[in-house]
Amino acid sequence: MVARELFVRCRIRNQISYSVMTEYAWLIPLLPALAFGLTLLFGRRGPGKGAYIAIGAICASLVMACALAVEWFIAGGSQANRGLYTVSVPWMPVGTGAIHTGFSIDALSVVMLLVVTVVASLVQIYSIGYMHGDPRYPRYFAYHSLFASAMLALVIANNMLLMFISWELVGLTSYLLIGFWFERPSAMRAAKKAFLVTRVGDVGFLAGMILLYIKTGSFDLFGKEGVFENLTRLDVIGPFGLPLVAIAGLLLFCGAVGKSAQFPLHVWLPDAMEGPTPVSALIHAATMVAAGVYLVARMYPVYLADASGTALQAVAYVGAFTALFAATIGLAQNDIKRILAYSTISQLGYMMASLGVFGYVAAVFHLMTHAFFKANLFLGAGSVIHGTGTQDIREMGGLRRHMPWTYWTFLISTLSLCGVPFVTAGGWSKEEILAVAWHTNRVVFAAGVFGALLTTCYMFRLVYRVFHGQPRNTQIHAHESPRVMLVPLVVLGFLAISAGYVGTPWANVFEHNLLPVLGETYLWVLEHRLEGMGHGFNAVVFAMALGAVAVGIALASLIWLKPVLNIQKLQPYFGWLARLVANKYYIDEIYQATVIRALMAACWIAFKFDYWVIDYAIVNGVGYLTRLASQLYGWFDRTVVDGLVNLIGWTTKALGNALRYLQTGVAQHYVFLTVVALVIISLAVLVGHYREEAWIPIAGFYR
Amino acid sequence: MNHSAYGIPISWFLTVGALLFCIGLFGMMVRRSAIGMLISIELMLNAANLNLVAFGSYLRQPTIAGQVFAIFVITLAAAEAAIGLAIIINIYRLELHIEADKITSMKL
Repeated sequence: MVARELFVRCRIRNQISYSVMTEYAWLIPLLPALAFGLTLLFGRRGPGKGAYIAIGAICASLVMACALAVEWFIAGGSQANRGLYTVSVPWMPVGTGAIHTGFSIDALSVVMLLVVTVVASLVQIYSIGYMHGDPRYPRYFAYHSLFASAMLALVIANNMLLMFISWELVGLTSYLLIGFWFERPSAMRAAKKAFLVTRVGDVGFLAGMILLYIKTGSFDLFGKEGVFENLTRLDVIGPFGLPLVAIAGLLLFCGAVGKSAQFPLHVWLPDAMEGPTPVSALIHAATMVAAGVYLVARMYPVYLADASGTALQAVAYVGAFTALFAATIGLAQNDIKRILAYSTISQLGYMMASLGVFGYVAAVFHLMTHAFFKANLFLGAGSVIHGTGTQDIREMGGLRRHMPWTYWTFLISTLSLCGVPFVTAGGWSKEEILAVAWHTNRVVFAAGVFGALLTTCYMFRLVYRVFHGQPRNTQIHAHESPRVMLVPLVVLGFLAISAGYVGTPWANVFEHNLLPVLGETYLWVLEHRLEGMGHGFNAVVFAMALGAVAVGIALASLIWLKPVLNIQKLQPYFGWLARLVANKYYIDEIYQATVIRALMAACWIAFKFDYWVIDYAIVNGVGYLTRLASQLYGWFDRTVVDGLVNLIGWTTKALGNALRYLQTGVAQHYVFLTVVALVIISLAVLVGHYREEAWIPIAGFYR
Repeated sequence: MNHSAYGIPISWFLTVGALLFCIGLFGMMVRRSAIGMLISIELMLNAANLNLVAFGSYLRQPTIAGQVFAIFVITLAAAEAAIGLAIIINIYRLELHIEADKITSMKL
């Protein structure tokens, strides 16, 4: 009870009573954290070699997240919004105040909690089959638990510091799981690359966080003292003539660019496919890479507070460019997982672009639907890899007959990814993005439609190559995956269709619950920006989206299903373009030649400087001088100091030698000497007395 | 101050004391016999006794402190003579003579 009074409750709007579930939501990330420790320590002896501990924890979290979702979305569906529930406890004293930590539950958190727990639990169940027989099986599940814990903490954190810590923790687990098969040099290199490239963006996140802290004096997001209530303090014009709030937004976006693999920092995600496929599904498709989108969405008030709109425009154009750019690369890849990776980058670009054009709800909606269908696609790809033993789509073909379950779920999610309207989840979310873009930014809209066309092309190329036609490699005897892998596929396939119906243009429960997350001030800003945009169904946008999908499917079918169009004929004219795209626009090579070489050169210079100036000149020089000084001092010590000491000793010895002749051993001689001394002293006293010179003290006393 | 009730100035006593002391000191230095040295010491002690008694009676308020002190010195002299004679007997047993200038074993 005493401990309970320490809790600082702040800003619970609308005086709604919250359920026990909400108050104990901090258990959601804690359970997987416990599972992490247990699995790591006792995994090999635990139930299911540790897998059941991890799965049990994540399923418990899933149940709690579902209860929260029911409370926040269904129970409060038609009523006033549920607002925000946040609890803070003092964390560490800083100066006169203290940094608080805690958790907050609002609609955005609930959506993320639900997405993460659903995908994580299904992927972990799937992993039982996929990772069967792996020598580091318990460790794999331990890492998964750690990831789930960090990711869940990230989405319920109510302060930037806890967000950053969780953000780095998911980066760490990403590194650990990409490099899970570290015996392979490529996996090891990919893990390092992912870690380092995302760190580049994280520096921006950290800088933005510090800027916000310096200006608002708080790491907390909510409350009277929190960041969002005090953004007006950042209206000062900073460098480049930008207001500080825009700079803060851009810096935070740097973190998102790194984590969500947006254009300049996208290079790590395709390489991250070296990890086990379920990891790619969970971390590098559904959840962690979406953390960047979540970050921008969570910090959306910062972007809305920026009246110049520079930060949001940067978000929009970087997102739109990435969406197109990655989609073109996806057309020319032959590795099944890499195609999906570029598709992920492209879809994350969609989400970013949507955030950039004020499509806040649409972005989070697409994040959710994308998590389901992309996780399903990756798990399907994992099933294919499990069944065939290869990742190269040129060796596959005709798998439809051997792997019917995989085929149908894969096809459903492909349609969802392409954004087929009305029947798939991806359709609803993508059209919502396009509808917002149509209203606010036609460039982004055009990029989105063209991107949808490209997405359809490369996804159907993938489907046709893998599942249709005849097997190209007769050595491969494909088989359907075990049931433990098929169940998650079916569940996710179901979600890839049904998840969209929470956000249809006619009854948008999703939007209704999500918008209040922004708070009244920023909600007003957002509505002001979207003024004049008709709510509900936008027929033009739907028609164009449908057209893009139809053209894409048609093109892909004509090229890859029934080779009516022979693209080989284009070779003389567009061969250079194909090579450019197949080599990913040589971005990696450009980085190698510029950034990495420059870094290496800088390192070399620094090394030589260290070796010759620091080590040789300074350290060795100081050492040499010290030795020289010591030798001088030693000489001085030995000759002068020791000499003086010896002189005293020698003098004493000489005096002793001289005086020892007085020691005759005859008592009378001693008496004689005593008497002589007495007489001399007496005379001296007397003389001193009479000359009045007190050179012997006793003379004065005697007087 | 200089004259006591007997009309003899203190300097007379002191002179006698000094003479006695000097005789003792002289004897101490020149006597070869250890017995003679002991006797000389007795002389010096008694010179001191004389001075003590004299000073004791010539104070502004005469006390018997000087006489008491003298008695202590006599006691001490007796002890000293006993120890001295004991040492001399031991030396005699060792060296068969008691001539002080030949007893140089204190020199290493």
